[in-house]
Amino acid sequence: MTDSLQHLGKLVNSGKLDRRTFMKRAAAMGASVAFSNGLLSSSAMAADPVKGGLLKLGSSGGGSTDSLDPALAASAVPLFNNHSWGDLLVDIADDGGIEHRLAEEYGASADAKTWTFKIRKGVEFHNGKTLTPEDVVATLKRHSGEESKSGALGVMRSIDTLKIDGDNVVVGLKDANADLPFLMSDYHLMIQPDGGNDDPTAAIGTGPYKMVVNEPGVRHGYEKNANDWHPNRGHADQIEILVINDDTARVAALQSGQVHMIERVPPKIVELVERIPGVEIKSTPGRGHYVFIMHTDTAPFENNDLRLALKYAMNRQEMVDKILFGYGSLGNDIPINAAYPYFSADVEQRSYDPDKAAFHYKKSGHSGSVVMRTSENSFPGAVDAAQLFQQSCSASGIKLEVKREPNDGYWSEVWNKQPFCTSYWGGRPTQDQMYSTAYLSTADWNDTRFKNAEFDNMLLAARGELDETKRKQIYADMGSIVHNDGGLICPMFNDWVEGVASAVGGWTPNPNQAMMNGQALSQCWLKA
Amino acid sequence: MFRNIPLSAIVGLVLTSLFLLAAIFAPWIAPHGLGETVGSVWEPSSAQYWLGTDNLGRDLLSRMIYGARTTIFIALMATALSFSLGTLLGLTAAVVGGWFDLLMSRFVDLLMSIPTLIFALVVLSVLPGNLVTLILVMGILDSTRVYRLARAVAVDINVMEYVEAARLRGEGRVWIVFREILPNALTPLIAELGLRFIFQVLFLSALSFLGLGIQPPDADWGGMVKENKDGIIFGIPAALIPAGAIALLAISVNLIADWILNRTTDLKGGRSGQ
Amino acid sequence: MYILTLLAKRLVISAFLLLAVSALIFAGTEVLPGDVAQSILGQSATPEALANLRRDMGLNEPALARYFSWLGGIAQGDLGTALTNGSDIADAIGKRLYNTVFLASVAAVVAVPLAIGLGLLAVRFKNLWPDKLISGTTLALISLPEFFIGYLMIYFVAVKLGWFPSVATVYESMTFTERLSAVALPAATLTFVVLAHMMRMTRATILNVMQSAYIETAELKGLSAFRVIAKHALPNAIAPIVNVVMLNLAYLVVGVVVVEVIFVYPGMGQYLVDHVSKRDVPVVQACGLIFAAFYIGLNMVADIVAIVANPRIRHPR
Repeated sequence: MTDSLQHLGKLVNSGKLDRRTFMKRAAAMGASVAFSNGLLSSSAMAADPVKGGLLKLGSSGGGSTDSLDPALAASAVPLFNNHSWGDLLVDIADDGGIEHRLAEEYGASADAKTWTFKIRKGVEFHNGKTLTPEDVVATLKRHSGEESKSGALGVMRSIDTLKIDGDNVVVGLKDANADLPFLMSDYHLMIQPDGGNDDPTAAIGTGPYKMVVNEPGVRHGYEKNANDWHPNRGHADQIEILVINDDTARVAALQSGQVHMIERVPPKIVELVERIPGVEIKSTPGRGHYVFIMHTDTAPFENNDLRLALKYAMNRQEMVDKILFGYGSLGNDIPINAAYPYFSADVEQRSYDPDKAAFHYKKSGHSGSVVMRTSENSFPGAVDAAQLFQQSCSASGIKLEVKREPNDGYWSEVWNKQPFCTSYWGGRPTQDQMYSTAYLSTADWNDTRFKNAEFDNMLLAARGELDETKRKQIYADMGSIVHNDGGLICPMFNDWVEGVASAVGGWTPNPNQAMMNGQALSQCWLKA
Repeated sequence: MFRNIPLSAIVGLVLTSLFLLAAIFAPWIAPHGLGETVGSVWEPSSAQYWLGTDNLGRDLLSRMIYGARTTIFIALMATALSFSLGTLLGLTAAVVGGWFDLLMSRFVDLLMSIPTLIFALVVLSVLPGNLVTLILVMGILDSTRVYRLARAVAVDINVMEYVEAARLRGEGRVWIVFREILPNALTPLIAELGLRFIFQVLFLSALSFLGLGIQPPDADWGGMVKENKDGIIFGIPAALIPAGAIALLAISVNLIADWILNRTTDLKGGRSGQ
Repeated sequence: MYILTLLAKRLVISAFLLLAVSALIFAGTEVLPGDVAQSILGQSATPEALANLRRDMGLNEPALARYFSWLGGIAQGDLGTALTNGSDIADAIGKRLYNTVFLASVAAVVAVPLAIGLGLLAVRFKNLWPDKLISGTTLALISLPEFFIGYLMIYFVAVKLGWFPSVATVYESMTFTERLSAVALPAATLTFVVLAHMMRMTRATILNVMQSAYIETAELKGLSAFRVIAKHALPNAIAPIVNVVMLNLAYLVVGVVVVEVIFVYPGMGQYLVDHVSKRDVPVVQACGLIFAAFYIGLNMVADIVAIVANPRIRHPR
């Protein structure tokens, strides 16, 4: 009885069932009112953290090739590792704003070209060394210098000078940038003693946990950092990250109680996982999106009518229903959604229209089939999505040929090389960063080969614009350009869908990255 | 003659022919198109969709019927290739012996000692991805296993008195391979044949796992098990149906193999009594 | 004496084979698209970062020079370090290899005697119900994809019954019994996968031998049916059986990636796959070499057993 009651309780808490019906059904099962009410409030009640215990996370995105060097982190497990032993200067708060970490304060000059970060005092690294501004500068230099092999090199490019001024680190920029603190929240930029120049893979930082076991691709074990500067995190005595790449195995591990939380529940089985007693689904809207990308400079996709035809032939609602199972939202062929600051809903939502698709297809004069490449790992469900797209294209007389490529080598050989393929973007904290990364003419990852001088100028103007209304308007206009002329078909934004045992307390949604922006292990606790 | 067929063999023959018929006449039998989405995801079986729907809401029965076509065709071709190649070379190596045997056996060792995954990955990502390449790669990789078995059996037979006798009679090597060794090596080879066919079906599904198999929306049965695997730990039958079909095909093919096996051992019983 | 010279000959040939394998694998990984720097940095790779990483890893050296410097290291017993995370390869492989061999041994200790026993039983009751039951069950098992058996195990044994863990991660600090319990499900899955092949081959070869004249003699002597099969037929059918057993043992060591993935078992297969997809050539080379050594070694054992078992081959003209 308790299991089914708990399930009903979950339905109420997630808004799928009203309270009255729940109480009626509970009474029919013979439960007392007090007991049933208890079920309802338990998940909503904010409780004090419980200290102690071993908290375990099962995660995909890990391999025996993983390095502990934060500069080389590129998947989920390294991200969680970084956030367990390390700290950034600033991080992204749950509301999408800036949260202070090792920088106590920050401020900008009037022209947004000089930024000052005041470094927190009395913070100790795991090896006993005290944090100094020198460590911060050394870290930032390691990620931005000529010799750098860091994944953050792209966002560090705009930095011109790094200076120490007492307790402050002063960052001088080549061009004005109102978003610099967001750039500093890049998860590669963990502050290491002497910038990690001596031993980049030591996993020594100022974070809430000290690494004690490092078996890449198997597990990473931590013990609590007794000298943590942050008063309200690191509740469990020990934490462990288990690498479980197989979806089914990960869910089974949660189901049989071998881990307390799992990263990424496949949307297809969310509804089934919800029925497991003692397990809750946490779904957090984020900025990640699944994309079908065309090179706008390559035949036949240099023809905007063909691009429009394919855009109209995309059944976005079906994608959200069948690929995300409702755990996501409709895309609108721009890489931006409501989770971004300065988002504007002015760009009209494009919907599935086989007639318009047929009209533009005819106008484009294209004949024969259109080849699109995909692979299982280009995004979860990509091959399925490609087959759905194939079906909806054929309704408008467009012959879409789906070519499935091996997972192995997809990112080096297909993505950003072939003119039409499936892919995904994790999103960035700001619109400026998203557009600069992939839509500026000169961007390294301009995976739609989108080259529009007017768009480039608007992007630069918005970056230095301190008037919020004007800035919002520029972003809205940029959105329309990509929406109408771009090579991006963006059918959906995916939620972070994660599974958490009811025994875990302290969960708060954060849109920036998976698992509470990578900090679930240090901010959650095991209920007594 | 047909009265002598045991019941198990009849079951095997009937089931195998049913599978073959489904494979050959797929486009005419299947109620829906191969890639056509008709309902919602993982619907249970109903009057409209006999086997329910799959992970994208496509009619599972239709996919099974089309799947029979791809699965059986590819596995059959690959098995035929691996068997003729492996047996021929294995028997020849045993009879000829000397440097030919040494060279062939070590070459086979070389092929077998490279992990199949790396092998398939390299070959299939370098060669053009079409059906012929796929069958060739599957057949050749598998023929190494057949070769080892055929050679092991033939080496034993090669030293039997009747082979010696044939040699003394002055028979040629071809005659010895086909008339003396092959009939006597047939029993273990046929037992292996049925299994290798099934291994090919499974190998095909392993390749689609790597993204190297056949192109969607086409699917083989193993690939369909994979498409629907997420439902297994929740008791959703969509993955059980293609898995069951592979098992049924395996059993019926091997029932036939067993029957042939019995007939050949009976024949041999007559021979060794000479 | 003949056996010893043969053994020596085979050992020398095997060394050359391993050399050829290493060259082939090196060439193969060179032909594969992409390189290690690109796959480490993934989507966040800028051209500068790529160039810096490539230089640091020594990828700018010509391929032949890299191969021979690797070979020089091997000759001195040095497997080198992984390009991706700088860990010592010998150290990492040591643990993984131990895990792989442990799992393979557990599965083999159950599967091999079981398969041969069932095969003998099937021959004894040829065409009766025990034979049909054994054949049918093993056939059904062999035709199920291994991940399917694995998930069924997880669903019934780990989730529903809770007897054994579904996550088979083993640690160095575990006792032998804890390890056994951890590998119970993957070992059972592997047993099912290899059982049918060995059992059917045992049955077929023994049936083949059973037609021979000397078996009739033994039967006429009044020996019990089982005694005839075990004492007279089995030894003469040993060559093909050993061959198939060796094939399956090799498979247990080399081909269990899927089972490792499903049960999260830290063995060699997953380790190799990770490094192939990251193009970490020194690690792929080392794994390839170890796998090849296993294969070649087992095949050699099979060939020698066949020779020892058959006196006519043992004493060639």
